[in-house]
Amino acid sequence: MIQTDSILTKVIFVAAYILLAPLIGGLLAGIDRKISARMQRRIGPPILQPFYDVHKLWHKQVIAVEKAQSWFLMTYLILMIFTGAMMFSGTDILMCFFVLSTAAAFLFFAAMVTNSPYGYIGAQRELLQIMAYEPSILMTCVGFYLVAHSFEVSKIVAGPVSRILYLPGFFAAFVFSLTIKLRKSPFDTSASRHPHQELVKGLTTEMGARNLAIFEIAEWYETVFLCGVVAMFILNTSWVSIPVAILVILAVFFLEILIDNTNARVKWQSMLLISWVVTLVGGGVNLLILMLVR
Amino acid sequence: MAVIPFLICFPLAVAVLMYCIRANKIRNFIAYCSVIAIMTGVAVLTVQWCIGGMQPINLYVETEMVDHIILAGELALMVIVTILCFIHRKYWISLLSIAPTLLIAYAELFGPKVEALSHIRVDRLSVLMCIIIAVIGGLIIVYAVGYMHGYAHHHTEFADRRYYFFMLLFLFLGAMFGFVLSDSLLWIVLFWETTSVCSFLLIGYTQEPIAVQNSFRALWMNLLGGVGLTVGVVYFMYEGHSVSLFHLVNQGIFGTRFTIIPIAMISFAALTKAAQMPFSSWLMGAMVAPTPSSALLHSATMVKAGIYILIRLSPALSGTHTGNMVSFVGGFTFLVASIMAIAQTDAKKVLAFSTISNLGLMTACCGVGTPETTWACVFLMLFHAISKSLLFQDVGATENSMHTRDIEEFHGLLYRLPKLAVFQFIGIAGMFLAPFGMLISKWSALKASVDERNIVLVLFIIFGSATTSFYWTKWMGKLIAHSRPIPIKDITKKNENISLTVHAVLMLLLCVLFPALSRGYVDPMIVELYGRREDVLPMALLYTLVIVICMVFAVPAVAHFVNSKQEMNVKPSYMNGINVGDNRFFVDSLGEEKRLYMTNYYFAHKIGQRKLMIPSQLISMAVIVVTLCIIVGGALV
Repeated sequence: MIQTDSILTKVIFVAAYILLAPLIGGLLAGIDRKISARMQRRIGPPILQPFYDVHKLWHKQVIAVEKAQSWFLMTYLILMIFTGAMMFSGTDILMCFFVLSTAAAFLFFAAMVTNSPYGYIGAQRELLQIMAYEPSILMTCVGFYLVAHSFEVSKIVAGPVSRILYLPGFFAAFVFSLTIKLRKSPFDTSASRHPHQELVKGLTTEMGARNLAIFEIAEWYETVFLCGVVAMFILNTSWVSIPVAILVILAVFFLEILIDNTNARVKWQSMLLISWVVTLVGGGVNLLILMLVR
Repeated sequence: MAVIPFLICFPLAVAVLMYCIRANKIRNFIAYCSVIAIMTGVAVLTVQWCIGGMQPINLYVETEMVDHIILAGELALMVIVTILCFIHRKYWISLLSIAPTLLIAYAELFGPKVEALSHIRVDRLSVLMCIIIAVIGGLIIVYAVGYMHGYAHHHTEFADRRYYFFMLLFLFLGAMFGFVLSDSLLWIVLFWETTSVCSFLLIGYTQEPIAVQNSFRALWMNLLGGVGLTVGVVYFMYEGHSVSLFHLVNQGIFGTRFTIIPIAMISFAALTKAAQMPFSSWLMGAMVAPTPSSALLHSATMVKAGIYILIRLSPALSGTHTGNMVSFVGGFTFLVASIMAIAQTDAKKVLAFSTISNLGLMTACCGVGTPETTWACVFLMLFHAISKSLLFQDVGATENSMHTRDIEEFHGLLYRLPKLAVFQFIGIAGMFLAPFGMLISKWSALKASVDERNIVLVLFIIFGSATTSFYWTKWMGKLIAHSRPIPIKDITKKNENISLTVHAVLMLLLCVLFPALSRGYVDPMIVELYGRREDVLPMALLYTLVIVICMVFAVPAVAHFVNSKQEMNVKPSYMNGINVGDNRFFVDSLGEEKRLYMTNYYFAHKIGQRKLMIPSQLISMAVIVVTLCIIVGGALV
């Protein structure tokens, strides 16, 4: 397919990610809002609305409860970009997730530092969410390693067949945790994207103006990064896999929107339990079979 | 190499001095000087050994005289333990000391002639252990001088027996040096029992009923391990005609029949010392002792003795029943202890559970027994030693200033005791955040356990790391929550501060120098242990790691720089009720001012110690008993 080993292609990939990811991520967010609106029989905002929002937020006067917050958020954003850059340069996927977890810790700090009651509860729940999805993400890495014999992204995407053929259980577990990671409804316990909830805006309650813009941009980068992980399940040496991967990403994305709009939020206890069980059943059984067969 | 007897005997001599000198100032001065002397001794040892080409050195082949002294020491320990057991009416515990001591004395005096092999062996692992013991242990003593001064003044209800306390600390260091440098298993037994008895006496320092009770629990658990160790050693003496640990491991790699039982028994002993399930409760009970002794038990000595011996045995554990038992118990402890840590609000208890949990990961690594996992274990041990010592000392200092060690009370500590909070932050980051070495060790452990097809361990690591980051991150969040509190007077003594600062600097240095250390020291050490070369850390990953380290340190710095220039309009936070103005009070629906109070999640009623401890003890005990039966039965039939 593509020579992913040469330095030049790596640089191009990373540069493309850094420049295009916010565009793609923002566009996806816009599509998300549009489709959600249509599902709710509304017309919905224009697809480019997220960009307008962020543009406006960026130029507003900066109001914050605690000055250090924007420092934490900025670190969160850069580490998030760095995580994606690592993945698109084809390095170790497990390391990517380790850096991602450090980035997530900074988001948690950004909410905690304000000492605002709603931000605080949101942050605590964010931690629970991390605990809920982390096993499934580590499990995904283990799955890739078992099939590709390497944690390196460049080797994982260069298999003779799509990795998903060996890893259906892992894929299911990952898509499940994606619901948590993308802050979709049954598990949106920390940021409460949907209005009129007891958490106000949870994690993001005290983020305003530029800080909120930074948070939004980081979310876009994260979305693209996660889509990249979905693509890793599909990509192989044949070029056909590229359009297939894009289709799968779009299908998964649509599925997440559908779940978001058809499910009421659950309690965090159920979230933790369900996601761990899915990880154990989906990933664990798949893992067992792979280990025994190979 | 005259420095080796110096390292073992000098702390013992200082211990006697400590006991004799009752003038605090003079004793403190001597303690400082002795710490410097011990550190210098280790430096001399390291330099001499480096000049000699960093090759393993075997010393002291003919040591009949010393052997007798060692035996006398064991008998003396037995007498002390027996007397103390009788004073406190715990008669049966004395049996755990009498039986193995008499067994080993009989074997030594009337047993078979063993081949004369070296009694002391200096190699990369023992030098590394010596450095850890000298630096961390030494700093803990420096800290203890300041801490115990305050402790004696605050706790006037206990008799001031600092002379006794310092005697034990030095005795401990001497025993640890002897333990890691000895190759003769008979010597190892003595030093092993010495550390058990020392920790027993340290835990019982305050002589409160609870302290006495906990100290005896620690004693019987460790003595039980000692029984296992002795049985293994004596069996090896009779069947293998040797008492050399090196010899045992070398034979064990080939699965020689007479090594199976000794290795299983010594591994069992290591599990007790490393406070694995079901023997974790002694380390929890050790919390009643003054903080320096907790720091010493948890970081540089005692529990590390168990890990040290497992690292030594690890080449012989790979793929055996014993290895499976050790890796299962370790992985299980890693997960269960980290879950129980979530439910604790007491900072020292969280630290204790995290120690147990991390030791579990190290134990599991050794049980898998591949070069990669052993490599991971060494780094886990290094990072754990520094960061746990730092955290214990810091929590102790914070407790002195705040008179509490409840994590809930640490809300906004960064604005009340900034220095101590920053040290805590560094210590916690060292325990789990990228790019500190903990993560890369986890990377390696995960990879190796997948390679070995150890599915249970894979699951333990995956779920255990999720729970681990949960309890650490929520603690970190507590420290930085800005509640505009009133600053507290920091009464941390100068020597405590010195120790804390050195620890923090070491932690950061270790993080930065980690790739170099791996290439230059630990990789060759693995070669030494396994006799074969294997690149544990692929070059590509190493580069990635260096970049990650640079990024994670540079990004917050840059962000801080950018942020400090930004103009910001600071407003009170949204509270749903009316914010009274400083984010600490709000007006409720009845028009009254209410204090805002927020806590972390603990779920104590669901996953607390009371719920989980006994079931997990039963599970791990069943696994150990069944596996030991299979091993012993299989080897004897």
